[in-house]
Amino acid sequence: MIDIFLKAFSKEVWSIIFPSIWDTVYMTTISLVITSFFGLLFGIALLITDKDGLFPIPIFNRVFGSIINAVLSLPAMVVIILALPISKLIVGISYGPKACIVALTVVCIPIFSRLVENSILEVSKGKIEAVKAMGASNWDIIFKVMIPESLPTLIRNFVVLTITLISVTAIAGSFGAGGLGDIAVRYGYQRFRSDILIASVLTLLVSVELLQFAGASLSRKILKKRHLL
Amino acid sequence: MESFIEIKNVSKVFHSRNKDFEVLKNINLEVEKGDIYGIVGFSGAGKSTLIRCINRLENVTKGFIRIGDHIIDNLSKRQMNLYRQKIGIIFQHFNLLDSRTVFGNVAFPLEIAKTGKDEIKKKVEKILELVDMLDKKNFYPGQLSGGQKQRVGIARALIKDPDILLCDEATSALDPATSLSILDLLKSINERLGLTIFFITHSLDVIKYTCNNMAVLENGVIVEQGKVKDVFLDPKSETARLFIKIHKDFLATSRAWENGGGI
Repeated sequence: MIDIFLKAFSKEVWSIIFPSIWDTVYMTTISLVITSFFGLLFGIALLITDKDGLFPIPIFNRVFGSIINAVLSLPAMVVIILALPISKLIVGISYGPKACIVALTVVCIPIFSRLVENSILEVSKGKIEAVKAMGASNWDIIFKVMIPESLPTLIRNFVVLTITLISVTAIAGSFGAGGLGDIAVRYGYQRFRSDILIASVLTLLVSVELLQFAGASLSRKILKKRHLL
Repeated sequence: MESFIEIKNVSKVFHSRNKDFEVLKNINLEVEKGDIYGIVGFSGAGKSTLIRCINRLENVTKGFIRIGDHIIDNLSKRQMNLYRQKIGIIFQHFNLLDSRTVFGNVAFPLEIAKTGKDEIKKKVEKILELVDMLDKKNFYPGQLSGGQKQRVGIARALIKDPDILLCDEATSALDPATSLSILDLLKSINERLGLTIFFITHSLDVIKYTCNNMAVLENGVIVEQGKVKDVFLDPKSETARLFIKIHKDFLATSRAWENGGGI
């Protein structure tokens, strides 16, 4: 038992793990950029088109909300399978890291949209009303009030998104995307290489811990600066 | 003299799923330029709705509101945003932005009006001086007391040289001493800048101390209006009498003590 654990730190194991870390970082980072953009966009769209929102379009809100909910309600693996044909359409192939990025964003955009929506909902109605009464346009309200005021929560939710992306990358790994998840499944599960399984799990664990720590610190730093802590 | 704010036959109905609520019923009201006008009413009387109609955060259902030469219900959205910049408003819970410093909060209305940086700095510092908060300009709202926050709120409301200042329960969340200092500040601003101040509150003390003219609002109806002193000395409506009775009951205990009686 201890043997296996020690072997998890051997050179041979890490020569397999390292390249897959790169794959995971590559997929996660690009997906993160795309997901953040669309998540923010969709989250704000959901928020302002609500019947009590800044720019009410209730019908759009209901339809769009249902689509988001539909994707949210499906297991990540099913969404990935469904998204692979879309990948083929967009990037030309339905396997490998590039295809995986498309699938990852499809899974994670709805999640982040809801997280963004909830973060911004925290901004009190009174503040929004106050700046409206000063003659602020919707654009001003979104970029000068809603986003800056909810920034500490947005950052925390951004970390949640990153962690979700890493874990979904691991699932996508089993569809030939590569990365740590792929290594864990192929070596750890199919070839009974427990040492490699342990090493990949540890790597995932440590990176998630670090991310969580970094995000929470940044969020706290902003709250401290604003004297809200 | 022609009035500066004219509220004519204004009604406001809120539609909910199976019922309509008439929150304001046929309100008629005139405020002269430079006046301090107070509206008093119990919770739910429609005071906040009235103030929200004046800066058109709500549209009136019937009637019209005229300010200066403008009937505000006819303004386009763009004109409306410009017009709103000429009306300052302060709130019970201040509604300052936590993400901005005192300076940033007061500069906000100028920023959205695309004023130049140098001019913003000049104006903000001048107005912070007026409300006695210049030394705190780099503080965040999280570091300020309630009274200080309201001073920043007042500075923010005054930064665009408005013609009207709306006060929505502006001192209701403050302790009595702080309330008094805020009311004194508002009175001195009224004198110095000739600003028309429109006050809504549930406190008769505030009206008595601050306002020249007043109206009593009850269930969406103005049941009485006139000079504050006249209403006090000779209340015509049930609600006004009740307000004054409560006010006097509070005073009665201390008066009894002063005369050697009481418990």
